[in-house]
Amino acid sequence: MAKKKTLNNDDIDEKKRLELYNSQYLIRFAEQRAYDLFLENLVKGTSHLSLGQEAIAAGFATAMQVNDKSFCTYRGHAHTLARGASVVGVLGELMQRDCGLMRGKGGSMHLTDTSKGVMGSYAIIGAHLPMAVGSAWRAQYMGHDDVATVFFGDGTTNIGAFHEALNYAVVYKLPVIFVCENNNYMEYTPIESITAVKNPAADRASAYGLESIIIDGNDADEVYRTAQVAYSKARSGDGPSLIECKTYRQSGHSRADPGAYRPDGELDHWKKNNDPITRYRARLIEFGVKQKVIDGIEANVKRVVDEATEEAKNSPVPPEEILTTNVYANGGWAWRN
Amino acid sequence: MAQLTYREAVAAGIAQEMERDETVAFIGEDVARAGGVFKATVGLFDKFGPKRVIDTPISEQAILGAAMGAAMTGMRPIAEIMFSDFLAVCWDFVANEMSKSRYMSDGQLKCPLVVRTGNGGGSRFGAQHSQSVENWAMAIPGIKVVAPSTPADVKGLLAASVRDEDPVIFFEHKSLYPIKGEVPEGEHVDTLGTAKIVRSGTDATIVALALMVPRAIQAADKLKIDHGIDVEVVDIRTLVPLDMKTISSSVVKTGRLFTVEENPRLCGWGAEIVSIVVDELFWDLDGPAVRITTPHIPLPAADNLEDITLPSVDRIYSKILDVLR
Repeated sequence: MAKKKTLNNDDIDEKKRLELYNSQYLIRFAEQRAYDLFLENLVKGTSHLSLGQEAIAAGFATAMQVNDKSFCTYRGHAHTLARGASVVGVLGELMQRDCGLMRGKGGSMHLTDTSKGVMGSYAIIGAHLPMAVGSAWRAQYMGHDDVATVFFGDGTTNIGAFHEALNYAVVYKLPVIFVCENNNYMEYTPIESITAVKNPAADRASAYGLESIIIDGNDADEVYRTAQVAYSKARSGDGPSLIECKTYRQSGHSRADPGAYRPDGELDHWKKNNDPITRYRARLIEFGVKQKVIDGIEANVKRVVDEATEEAKNSPVPPEEILTTNVYANGGWAWRN
Repeated sequence: MAQLTYREAVAAGIAQEMERDETVAFIGEDVARAGGVFKATVGLFDKFGPKRVIDTPISEQAILGAAMGAAMTGMRPIAEIMFSDFLAVCWDFVANEMSKSRYMSDGQLKCPLVVRTGNGGGSRFGAQHSQSVENWAMAIPGIKVVAPSTPADVKGLLAASVRDEDPVIFFEHKSLYPIKGEVPEGEHVDTLGTAKIVRSGTDATIVALALMVPRAIQAADKLKIDHGIDVEVVDIRTLVPLDMKTISSSVVKTGRLFTVEENPRLCGWGAEIVSIVVDELFWDLDGPAVRITTPHIPLPAADNLEDITLPSVDRIYSKILDVLR
């Protein structure tokens, strides 16, 4: 990358940078809120947070068109929020309330908001990669200009669907972006200890004739720039990209995981020296953004999340009559006459 | 009426729907240039070209996932899984994904697609290319399950499946591909969730599916000729939605129920039908409801062994005779 840029000669203008910061800060604050609500026993079931990984969701979503499609994993709160889904809808779903995006029928691992292009969050590793490929096939087939982006973790690179989807996407030159969030751990196990190659996604790229792309996933600018190139390539009919984003999960794998397997000091090191929010805040200051503008963004996010929390807390649980709705397209569940 | 084979009816059904609707496209292994390993899709590639009739890699997860992603975003894909046994390698997409996305998203996601697959025994292919797995699919809420027994039903139910808003698993019986039958000329669309009385009778009801339907009819004919026993045969045609009204009214009329299933014994679809009938029509029954099934074993390859494994005309005939005498 070019040496230090100023606001005047930079390819990312201040407006875009503030969007990127707002998005990252919203994800950070909402995820922390989700954690707090879990401690209050208001978030039920399980949840998988993206604390420390915010720059990837923010960078890609900011580079997307409105009609682009996102396919997420069970660690999908960040990507759903980054597309502009309602915070009440997200927190409400985590709290399994009637105001949730799916009225409590999906839960934390299946956040979906098709009105924002979030085509679902999937909890079986690898399944959504072929689905994103299918969305891209539809775009190519019908002459639409949207691109499908599929986000997944490093652990996904060792499952068959990853390889089937990549081969398929390359063979038919489909407009789909595969984004690997390499946060160092496959659940509780260090990814390098169970993967044949050092870079679990990027080192597989050549097997599918793709460029090996590794980026700093904790730098929202780098993510945003890389995403722009990939979207431009996909929209020009030049096919898929596979991008490995190096990052670090600051929370456990799920709410049940305190992260005891981490070497001493590792978490502190990442939090102190390579936190995406801290880094981006410093960059904004460096580029001359006034502290009060940053404070304003943060205060606004806090207000939005606080209000959403209250609204979700006050929302009723889903009515029992929706138990049997939307099993089939006729709205019901009847399997016999 | 035209005389078509069961396999020709598959191609005719797909062609009818592709001509009508641009969003219908067809993917699978060897389905395009080769016309399918069972030659059930011959001519489609020449007619509709490589954009709409697509040869895929051997990647069953990618095939079903791609069909699903396309269906979620505006297409009506037809995907072929060559042998229904292979559904096991992409079962996630059937059991967890296409069947549940509508419910989990509370109606935001849709999945109008058809998975066609070659099902059933009789071809001496052994245990991994011969199974009848329609009962696996029947156990999953959120999908529809179709298994036709005649060329007319293949075309009509395939058309109905393509037009349906829900994911449909469409089981074609491999041993039926060569059979011929009358198929209505012009556009032919049937209705999912409707069973058919294919032979009227008064003494007992046989409920059968796919290859077991012609065998049940032959056994019934023989029982009539040899013993004057008049058996009604109901072709279920679609397991989900299940047309219990047709089955129940036949059982009420005859007072006896036999199911003839190609599934291995445990949890075959007949168990569900018997259970419903016992629940709801116990006092209409004149005797035990009886299941005639494949024994609970993997399918053998040798022709003599496979022949005694699947319910045969003779076995159906003898069992019914034993029970009714």
